[in-house]
Amino acid sequence: MDSYDASESTPRQSTSSRPEDYFIGATFLQKRLESVRKQTSFVPTPPRRKIPHCSLLQEDVDLQKVAFLLHKQWTLYSLTPLYKFSYSNLKEYSRLLNAFIVAEKQKGLAVEVGEDFNIKVIFSTLLGIKGTQRDPEAFLVQILSKSQLPSENRESKVLWTGWFCCIFGDSLLETVSEDFTCLPLFLANGTESNTAIIGTWFQKTFDCYFSPLAINAFNLSWMAAMWTACKMDHYVATTEFLWSVPCSPQSLDISYAIHPEDAKALWDSVHKTPGEVTQEEVDLFMDCLYSHFHRHFKIHLSATRLVRVSTSVASAHTDGKIKILCHKYLIGVLAYLTELAIFQIE
Amino acid sequence: MSVLRPLDKLPSLNTATILLVGIEDALLQQLADSMLKEDCASELKVHLAKSLPLPSSVNRPRIDLIVFVINLHSKYSLQNTEESLRHVDASFFLGKVCFLATGAGRESHCSIHRHTVVKLAHTYQSPLLYCDLEVEAFRATMAQRLVRMLQVCAGHVPGVSALNLLSLLRSSEGPSLEDM
Repeated sequence: MDSYDASESTPRQSTSSRPEDYFIGATFLQKRLESVRKQTSFVPTPPRRKIPHCSLLQEDVDLQKVAFLLHKQWTLYSLTPLYKFSYSNLKEYSRLLNAFIVAEKQKGLAVEVGEDFNIKVIFSTLLGIKGTQRDPEAFLVQILSKSQLPSENRESKVLWTGWFCCIFGDSLLETVSEDFTCLPLFLANGTESNTAIIGTWFQKTFDCYFSPLAINAFNLSWMAAMWTACKMDHYVATTEFLWSVPCSPQSLDISYAIHPEDAKALWDSVHKTPGEVTQEEVDLFMDCLYSHFHRHFKIHLSATRLVRVSTSVASAHTDGKIKILCHKYLIGVLAYLTELAIFQIE
Repeated sequence: MSVLRPLDKLPSLNTATILLVGIEDALLQQLADSMLKEDCASELKVHLAKSLPLPSSVNRPRIDLIVFVINLHSKYSLQNTEESLRHVDASFFLGKVCFLATGAGRESHCSIHRHTVVKLAHTYQSPLLYCDLEVEAFRATMAQRLVRMLQVCAGHVPGVSALNLLSLLRSSEGPSLEDM
């Protein structure tokens, strides 16, 4: 009985001294450690606690610098911390990666007729893509093709782009030692073969591990609610949802498009506390859409699987593909994706 | 008779009846088949239902255990379960109801967070079991477990009652108070 009393007294002390538990960064690992210390059984809490509203995460990100990140489809991966990565060695890394790629291509792994091996690899840092000062700088890797003919214009074509970032990754940063650089979110645009080659090089050089980041229906509905909640001056795209109905022989897809202002009006009627988004509000928002659809078509959308959400802020697919359309909320979108990536790593 | 009561019928000799409630017909059928294959001293009867209330026109034996099957991939199945729970009498929840969550293995397809189901089970003071009913091996193990639970609930195991079993199952997985 003594141990039971002791564990009862610690929660009161710990809740007052750990405000970050109630913040976006409270993770699986932290909760597990805490429950082991308290000797209570472990129940994972979902993000039903309040998440800071998208608009609060606006940073003054320079549009010029990040324009090339928008309107492109990125494939998401989660990445474990990089060992002994240094920002001062970027030129060195470019050289090494260049040599590696040329070697791989000449090995006959990706043989294409007429492909020129004159490629250039550039590593560069992306300033301003971070949540707090503690987050490591984001960096970008690009593969450009150099045109061989001098008479052609000097503009080199970008073959492949990939960038690494970490937004509000405090929970991960706390758990790793100094030698590691934590950039859990990796976004890639380009051919699969290039992504695989570059992934192999990073894994060999920095002892890290890539894994594709899938977004499940639960998180997609959170994204839909958060992005609909964002205040926009003008809407560039309709709000669209895509559901996949599991039936044989072929699955059926249901697409539901709403005028963005109507979606915002619906969200505003559901939303109670300013500055926060709770699980109940997200559920209510989605239930309104489901019941409206059911009233007209007599189909229970809640029995199907949400695979794609597309709003004026960004669009996401369950396979881990994302396209960001609005630079104002770039950091907010990346923050949520970073949280998902960290959750997958842990 | 729209509300299910545990003791409103007399028990039949050496018979144990289980009621599986869930919207996924195929999964329930497969689970029922696995259960009937099990070796059991008592005679097993498995009833399947999409939702409660059950039609009162059918003559059915006393139900010893109700299992609500919730598919984590579909919010509709959770809503269906919540609707059906209203038609179960409170005295059933003294060990004769159990929740079974399926589909947790494929994380990318889940639209319900695990915590929602945990909270539901906690509210109804009933055990929550996890099983991927689509996988043959897990289904067979779960069928075995359910048959044992059913025998206890039907009173066929001397010395152990449904309420005993419930208190045994609950002590290992109570959620901590501050999380609720």
